[in-house]
Amino acid sequence: MNVRDIPGFLDVREEHGETTVVVERERVRDAARHLRDELGFNFLADVVATDYLNWGTKGVSGYIGTASGRDLNLPMTQGLQAQPRPKPWRFSVSYHLLALREGAPRLRLQTLLEDGDPVPSVVSVWPTADWHEREQFDLMGIRFDGHPNLVRILLEDDWEGHPLRKDYPIGGEPVRFSDAE
Amino acid sequence: MSLAERTKIYEGSRIPQRVPTVLDVPPELLSSDDILQVNFGPNHPSTHGVLRLIVDLDGEQVVGLSAVIGYLHTGFEKNMEQKTWWKAITYPERIDYVGYQNNELVFVLAIEKLLALEIPEKATWMRMLLCELNRIHSHLVFLGTSALELGAISMFWYTFREREMVLDLSELVAGQRMHTRYFQAGGLAEDIPRGFYSECRKFVEWMPQALDDYLGLLDRNKIWLERTKGVGLLSADDAIALGQSGPVLRASGVDWDLRRDDPYLSYDKVHFHVPVYHGGDVYDRYRVRMDEMAESVRIIEQCLDKLERMDGKPWIADDRKVVLPPREELHTSMESLIHHFKIVTEGYRVPEGEVYVAIESPRGESGCYVVSDGGPKPWRVHFRAPSFVALEATATCMRDTLVADMIAVVGSLDAVMGDSDR
Repeated sequence: MNVRDIPGFLDVREEHGETTVVVERERVRDAARHLRDELGFNFLADVVATDYLNWGTKGVSGYIGTASGRDLNLPMTQGLQAQPRPKPWRFSVSYHLLALREGAPRLRLQTLLEDGDPVPSVVSVWPTADWHEREQFDLMGIRFDGHPNLVRILLEDDWEGHPLRKDYPIGGEPVRFSDAE
Repeated sequence: MSLAERTKIYEGSRIPQRVPTVLDVPPELLSSDDILQVNFGPNHPSTHGVLRLIVDLDGEQVVGLSAVIGYLHTGFEKNMEQKTWWKAITYPERIDYVGYQNNELVFVLAIEKLLALEIPEKATWMRMLLCELNRIHSHLVFLGTSALELGAISMFWYTFREREMVLDLSELVAGQRMHTRYFQAGGLAEDIPRGFYSECRKFVEWMPQALDDYLGLLDRNKIWLERTKGVGLLSADDAIALGQSGPVLRASGVDWDLRRDDPYLSYDKVHFHVPVYHGGDVYDRYRVRMDEMAESVRIIEQCLDKLERMDGKPWIADDRKVVLPPREELHTSMESLIHHFKIVTEGYRVPEGEVYVAIESPRGESGCYVVSDGGPKPWRVHFRAPSFVALEATATCMRDTLVADMIAVVGSLDAVMGDSDR
């Protein structure tokens, strides 16, 4: 399987027995079509976005006791064992692909982006991407260009913010019947 | 694999054109005054929890449909980012609360893949045994509830009788009926209790007879057959395009099972048959699950044969940086005490990286994607929920059906709302 022919190819990694192919954000749909038609990845298992804000710094949440109880927004007690490799981009969007054939080959198609960058939707390639992309839009705030129905799916329509982002506070909602309310 | 030689369920594709998961009312019908929009759910006894379907009806005919989910969204993925790896293991079980053991397994496998841990054989076989018990449990819940919704009330009592036996076995092993948290990174939380094998054997002997009873009750029941045959059609190509997996995919004629085609645990060392049906309707989905229960019993039997010869073998890896030290060592060994304290308070650290692990849960491909920054908490956890994907097929399956068939179709997709909403 020659992954270097994939449109927009940038990089390929082999880690933990998994292949990750990184492509240019603008060419995700072309890459997806190539993977489906030329390389036989007919099954899209999953679309998932990751937020790398504050990656490699101390975490933003932990359990340090304060006079008023536990503050979930203070840095955590333990540092990292080793500095992880830097992530120059804020978000990654990964597509987990599977080919329904002998050997069950899998491949992760990945693209990197900054906040607000639109990613071409792959609904026209794999219809199952419809809800997966809506979920990542809803919880992570990734915009998918060309999605036919990009509205929130798990949260209500008037929800503010995208909860899985790292800058979305934990315990940011006022607790009912407490002093803070 | 016989992907090529399959019968056509219908010509072409039935996936709606504009949005793949929304069935639009045809424009010529829209102008007529006869279209009635009905809100089905989220609180309705046959929506398996809190699924909401907005249905446009032309008489009894379903002409428009869109599924609304999210009523059970509890932010599992966000919560797990705040917990240490080993404390987060309790969460996945509660995501798919019917297939709890399989969901727990997929997360534990993801941690182990990042840690590159060797798992003792005994733990692997016990995991397989419990996952197959859990598959039976899940299919029994499916069978009982979907038959109940179509009016076969007595089925429910029979299936829940056997489900109770599975839960008793869970209780015997882990002290909990559901959500056992019995799988640890490295193996099992505790050794297999004495007396489990004989109790499990009793279940293995009992179950085939119970399956015959179910078949006797349903399979020649005219009402059941007429309500399920030829209803909720999904062709093989549409099923693949819509990402369907598990029994739904196999009922559409696609011979695909991760246990056989991408083996994990020791599934390559047991003999079992993957049932495939070619009708792509509600009836075939029910048949696939019936056959799978029989196959699961076979696998459990083989696991028992293996496990009974492993008495005294280790049930968890001997890696003191990840696995809690044995209880008795805490009184005599300073190092064990330190390790115990560090794991319980800080948690173990998982090397940096990202992995995606997929297993064949009762509902299909259950995947877990985790990212670690090398710290004691997951950076990102995401679940590929098979129920979430199954519900994407509602619009395609319900093309040209009657409103009453909708209940049969929703039941046959076997979505657990906790799983789809997370």
